[in-house]
Parts: sequence; structure tokens; C-alpha cells
Amino acid sequence: MMIRKCDIAVIGSGPGGLAAAIAAKKNGAKQVLLIERDREPGGILLQCIHNGFGVEIFKKDLPGPAYAQHFINEAQEVGVNFLLDTMILEITKDKRIFASNKTEGMLEIQAKAVILAMGCRERTRAQVRLPGARPAGVYTAGTAQRWVNVEGFMPGKKIVILGSGDIGMIMARRLTFEGAKVERVLEIMPYLSGLMRNYVQCLQDFDIPLQMQHTVKRIIGNERVEAIETVAVDNRWQEVPGSEEVIPCDTLLLSVGLVPENELSRQVGIHLDPLTAGPFVDNYFQTETKGFFAAGNVVHVYDLVDWVTGAGLRAGESAALYTNNKLQMNNKKIAIQHGQNVHHVIPQFLDIDSLSAREEQLQMRVTKPLEQPVKVQVTDGKEVIASKALPYARPGEMVTISLKDKHIDLLKKAEQLVVQIAEREE
Amino acid sequence: MNKNGNYDVIIIGGGVIGCMLARYLSRYTLDILLIEKESDIGSVTSAANTAIVHPGYDAISGSLKAKLNVAANPMWDNLAGELQFAFQRHGDYVVAIGEDELARLDMLLQRGKQNGVPGMQIVSADVMRSREPNINPAVSGAIWATSGGICDPFGVTIAAAENAVLNGVTILRETVFEDFIWNEKRIVGIKTNRGIFTCRRAINAAGLFADAIMHKAGVRPDFKITPRKGEYFVLDRTDFTVNNVLFPVPSDISKGILVTTTVHGNTIIGPNAQNIEDKENKENTKSGMDEVFEGAKKLVPNINPRHVIAVFAGLRAGGNAACQTPGIGYSHDFIVEIPTEVQGLVNLGGIESPGLTAAPAIAQYVVELLKDAGEKLQEKKNWNPVRPARPQFRHLTHEECDALIKKDARYGRVVCRCENVTEGEIVAEIHSPIPALTYDAIKRRTWLGTGRCQGGFDMPRVTEILARELGVSQLEISKKNGASKFLCRPTKEDGGAQ
Repeated sequence: MMIRKCDIAVIGSGPGGLAAAIAAKKNGAKQVLLIERDREPGGILLQCIHNGFGVEIFKKDLPGPAYAQHFINEAQEVGVNFLLDTMILEITKDKRIFASNKTEGMLEIQAKAVILAMGCRERTRAQVRLPGARPAGVYTAGTAQRWVNVEGFMPGKKIVILGSGDIGMIMARRLTFEGAKVERVLEIMPYLSGLMRNYVQCLQDFDIPLQMQHTVKRIIGNERVEAIETVAVDNRWQEVPGSEEVIPCDTLLLSVGLVPENELSRQVGIHLDPLTAGPFVDNYFQTETKGFFAAGNVVHVYDLVDWVTGAGLRAGESAALYTNNKLQMNNKKIAIQHGQNVHHVIPQFLDIDSLSAREEQLQMRVTKPLEQPVKVQVTDGKEVIASKALPYARPGEMVTISLKDKHIDLLKKAEQLVVQIAEREE
Repeated sequence: MNKNGNYDVIIIGGGVIGCMLARYLSRYTLDILLIEKESDIGSVTSAANTAIVHPGYDAISGSLKAKLNVAANPMWDNLAGELQFAFQRHGDYVVAIGEDELARLDMLLQRGKQNGVPGMQIVSADVMRSREPNINPAVSGAIWATSGGICDPFGVTIAAAENAVLNGVTILRETVFEDFIWNEKRIVGIKTNRGIFTCRRAINAAGLFADAIMHKAGVRPDFKITPRKGEYFVLDRTDFTVNNVLFPVPSDISKGILVTTTVHGNTIIGPNAQNIEDKENKENTKSGMDEVFEGAKKLVPNINPRHVIAVFAGLRAGGNAACQTPGIGYSHDFIVEIPTEVQGLVNLGGIESPGLTAAPAIAQYVVELLKDAGEKLQEKKNWNPVRPARPQFRHLTHEECDALIKKDARYGRVVCRCENVTEGEIVAEIHSPIPALTYDAIKRRTWLGTGRCQGGFDMPRVTEILARELGVSQLEISKKNGASKFLCRPTKEDGGAQ
């Protein structure tokens, strides 16, 4: 079995992994190995041929493959080593990575630090427990996206989409472009789960109806989907009797949520946060297992790729410092809790001393739509340490607040931090 | 392979019973044809059941069910060795919750003894709690039946079928029985959608449709199969597992809802039992889910619907045949017989649970019946009882994986990320003795697509490999048969939006 050694191994070459590999190299790591299971680097960006990528970082509206290519080029320029078409089977706590590919067989990769950038996966039909038959024609939106945009095939002609996630709405428009009829998008919640801009640009502009508080009651058809029976639900997700409707169609696409993909992290024994399904991380994006860093959707699911790139850059920089013994390891870290209206906060731990050199951004998702002016507040449980006003807060859109050196004194007195979103009085 | 359509024996139905019969009969110098109406063998009841090799304490004493179950159970170790399918024998448990249920364990123990089941013992609540930490704390005791086992039921079926093929049996899929051909009162052949095949004997192993075949043959006009649907839920093995096969104390009509481990390491819960009319209805329902979870939580209270990664439903081929033993009032017995009112028919029916367990003993019993009926069975000199299994990447050591990839590079490309199934395994199944021609056929043979992402990752890759290996367009690739194609057309056709 072949053995390879490197300073830093990066698992996954999507936007998080690419940025991490580049930053690791730029910050002094010698051998950086970027491992990708697909034949080309870029991750899911390669099948995201719509635009909307890079608005924050480049102030440009790029399609996914162009956004990826920018970072692929940069990674090549700075000397990142790519290992493609290679599946990782096992990672040990002492940072030995076992992988296989067609040309080298089984590989053992020994690294000083590992950056987890496996991204996320789509929730499936079974995970939302949709009743009915099990015919062909029920696909996750991402699988359909790969078929249409990479393989060049249409999954169906008459389509119902369950879930108002971003990929689902984007696929509604994409399939319409290709001549399919998207009958309807159903959303079980009383609000949108994706971005408002996708609702406007992908559904509204193409007259595709969105039905809130509706779900699939039954999938009909033994061989191929023949119809979907839908039903309205009340505020407690209970079906409303008599609201059933049968929509003839040949395809049901699911856009019912993304889950950080942490099978390998679990194998290592990295502590995962049940709220995010990703690892607990500090502001360096280091997990609770020494020398393992994590960046991007593997930590928590982002709405914009730009944020994923930002997380990757920080994780790569941190890992490079770690391998050169320059990362602050022994500082006391303060725990960050989620408070009112906040589902979770990343990072979960903060090294306050790092604030003397830079701002630290806290990232969060709200639990419900707050369609009025709100205040994002970082408190020590009682006193407000930092505050930021926003016109509204929605579950589909990540909320951030930054902590700066001016907050250090107050932070040092705190036992823990609680981040909350308060409704603002006019 | 018999080219003229003339056979000694035709087996109607390619479930575990038909395939096991084919395997046992392939030992003799007979020309055998097995027909299966679906696109793959073993894809109906044999692919969707609880996967348990029963000890035999459940069946009513004196019934054919009890006799064949108890006879079959000890055959499984050899069978698993010869046919190389997944089988584990760690016993099963009937778990009493609360003092009231404890008394019923004795009744089962007595019935087990009467049926001749070896190795049954009562274990205490404390022992049960230590063997199964997640068990309901109100457990009051259990029966541990040490001869219980678990298997991969489709794996058993395909292994038996492949062994039959390697020993000269012809298997035709998508071949639908239409009628018998008669010479007076003797069956001399069958009509199918693929034409006429002649035979000296036809064996009815049609499972859910065994009643229709009997009626075409003019035997047992009152026999009726009532499909009994059972829903199952598969739990993510990284989220929640149990270590054992756990039955509740049975009711008078059903063995109840189990919580059981599988040979794949997942925990499954189910089945409920609903009598239905439609023999194609394998739908999962909301009420079925509620019922199964309620039943499972009685044994293991912290089972959570959030841990479900897959759901399925299967149909048991429940019959209404009276037990032939005098004095036993039981009307759901197996039928395994050579009827006297017609000639040339071997008739099986009502082979519901424990049919999977009983399969090898049923096959053996049919051999005996044929001998008794004057069939001169001559053993083949070159009969090979062994069906070699193909390598499964995920079960190999790193060194074995490396050696395999060096021999065939396609084993280096992992196509299913959750279950670590490689391109090499997929290609091997497509070119196996009973080729896998659909996505589901590959899934059942390799276990790809059964993990947490449920094929989201591998599906486009598998359709591509299938198309390449079969020399067709990806548009031709289907989930289970011609009517269940994945894709409808290339993009950039049909105009598009204005």
C-alpha cells in the first residue's frame, strides 16, 4: 500500500476546501494535499451553472463553475497538490487517511493537520418520511441538477417540487428553461426556507406557484410517478382534512434541507453539535480534536458560497499556523450559546485574545421569520456586549455580528456568551 | 441451456422458494426452466421481509409449517457456507414487558419443546438489560432461542438461483405464466408471454399468485391468497442500533412488531400487518408508520423517527389451507403437495412466514415427494453445491482492497459513498450469471444506495455505468423495469421556455 506524507490534507475540493488549501499554502504550509472524490475539483459548484456566486467577494455575479475555476487556478498557482477521483474510506485520530483510487489502489496519507471540507448532503424522501409508493421519478433537487446540468438529461416533463430550499427553486427555473412544466412548489412551513431573491427570480418571474403550509400526502404510481397527492397543514404541521388535491405529474423533486456530511468526522471521534450536525469549532475553525479543522457546509449550512470561501480561508490559515506551532492552543476559550430566536451560532467557542489582531464574525440562523426591525445582541447572559440593528431576520438568510478589540474588556469578564435576536422597538 | 423450449421441470416463480427448488433439483439430471414475471428474481416478497431464520417455536404444533421450519433451521449453516450469503446465528429473543406478559413466555417455551426446537431458555430481566442496554426498563424476562438467525434474504435467493444456473438451470425473467397446456388430465407445458414451453412437471411456486395458478390447474378452488402488507423502517446505524433480534410476546394472530438488527448492521423495525386485496400495493402509509413506531417503542422506548433512513413494505402471501394433521384446527398452513386430481403438478402455496426459513426444507421435501411419485432422480456427477460469492470492497481489509484494485482498477473507484460500493462490484453484477440490468437489481446485489443519502450520490453514476456496460443510452436505464425509467429525454430538446 502506497504511503504519502503531507503537512495538511484537505478533504473535499468544493469552495471551502479550495479556499482552505490556498490559505494553508499561503500561510507557510509546505505540502498541501487536496483530496477530491470526483474526477474534477470544484465540488457541487460544477453543477451550479446559474449565477449568483461571488457577489460578496468579487462584487460580481458569477456562475458556479466560473467561481470554482477562479480558486482552482489560484490553488494551482500557489502549488496545492490535487488528488482527484479518490475516495476516503477511513481517517484515524492520529491523522492517517486511508483512501482508494483507480491508479494507485489503496493509499495511506499521513498528515500533520487535516481540514474537513466535505460539504453537506441533501435530506432524502425517507428522512422526511413521505408516504406512498416507491416508483422512479422521486429525486433530490441536487441529483436532478447533476442530471440536467452535467449529464445533459431531463428527469421528467411534469414536475412537483417539495420544499422551498434554494436548490429546489433554482431547479424549478432550470427545468422550465429546458421545457418541463413545473406544476407547483410546496412548502410545509409558513415561510420560505431559501433566499427571497431565489423566490423572485426563479418562481415569481416564471409564474410557478408556491403553496406555503402544504406537503405531500402520498406518492402515487408503482413504476414511475403518476401523481402526487398534496395536503394543507396547520401551524402544528397537522394535515387539514378535506384539503387534499391530486396533481398528475411524472416527477417529484425534494428540496427539504441539507445536512452537514460528517461521516468521516464521526469516525475520527470528533465532537459534533446536535444543533448543526457539524463539529463544534472555535474561531480558528479548529474542532475539539487537536489538529482537525473544519470549514464550510461541513460545519453548518451556509446560504452564500462567499461565506464558505471565507470560512475555508480562515481554516486553512489556522491549520498552517498549527503545523508550524504558531496557533494559540492554550488560551481559555469562552463558550457561545444560542439565545432567543437563534437556532445556533458558529463558532461555538471564542479565543478572546485573537480579537487584538482581528475582528471575529459570529454566524447564526434564526428560528423563525422576524419581519420587523431586530437587534442582534451578544450578551454575557445579562449585559449587552455588542449589538447590531437589522431591518428583518429570516431563517433562509444567515445573520452575522462581529466582535472587535473594543469588546475585549467586557468579554474577558464574561463566563459565557449568549447571542440573541431581539425585536426592536421603534 | 435447453434451446427448444422442452424441459423436464418448469418452476413458476423466482422467489426464494422457486430458486431454492431450482438449486436442489439442479442436483439431478433434469432439464429445468424457472420463470419469473418480474424483471429480476427475488424482487417481491423475498426482497422485503424481516430477514429472520426462525427457530420454530411460533408455528402451531403439528402443522406442516412447524415441521418444515424446525427441519430447515439447522440446514442454514451449511447452506450459507455452500452458497456464500450473509447469515448470522446469535439467537433471537421474545421479550416480556411487565409481569402479565411473563406468563405467556411459558406457553411459547412449551410449544417450542413440542415442535422440537433445541436450545430455548428463559433469561432474566437483568440479563436482558445487559445484553440490550436500550431495552424497555420494564422488561420482566425473555426467551432466548439460541437457534434463531438473520440473513440477507435477497442474498439467499440470488445465491440459490446462481448456483442453479451454474448447474444448468435456465432462468427467464419478465416471463409471465398465462396457462397450462394439457394432454387430458396431464400438464405437458405452459403458455407464457414468451411463447410455449413443454414439461413433464410444473411446480407452482408463484407466491402471491399461487392461488391463480392452482385455479388454472383446477386444484383447490377454495384456496385464496390474501396479501398481508407489512411496513418496515430502517434506522441509520450511526444514530441508533440494537444488538439482537427482539420479538414482542406474540398475539394470537401475529408475531408482532420487532426491533431487530440486520446482517448489514442497520436496525429495522416492523412489520405491521394489514390484509389487502391489491397484490401490487407496497405503499407505506402514515398510519402504518405510527403503528410500527408504537410497537417498536414498547420494546425499545428511545427509538426515534428522526433516525429513519429508508422505508419499505412487503407483502406476505397468506393462504387459507387447512392443516392436514387430524385434530389440529389451523387454517393457514403451508401447501407442499403433489395433487392426485391432475398429473404433472407440484403444488405449493401459502408459504408465508416462516417460508424463508423453511425454504431449504421445502425444497428437500419436494425432492422426496417427487421420488415417492415415481420420478427417477439421478444425481449429476459434476453437480457443484458451491456458489462463489463476488468480492465486496467494504468487507475487505486495506491490503485485500489494494490487491483487488491492482488486479482490476475499477475496484478503486467508489461509487456509493455511504456503503463504499465500487465500480468493479457494479460491473461484476451486470455481467454475473443472472445479470443485474436495473438500478434496483444492482442495489439489492451490492447494497449500494441503501445508506443515508439513499442513492442521491450514486444514482447518476450507476445509470452511466449501466448504460455503458449494456451498450444503451442512459435514457433506457430504469429503476426496476421498462416502465420505471429514470430519465425522459436529453436536454436542449422540445423547445424550452419562451
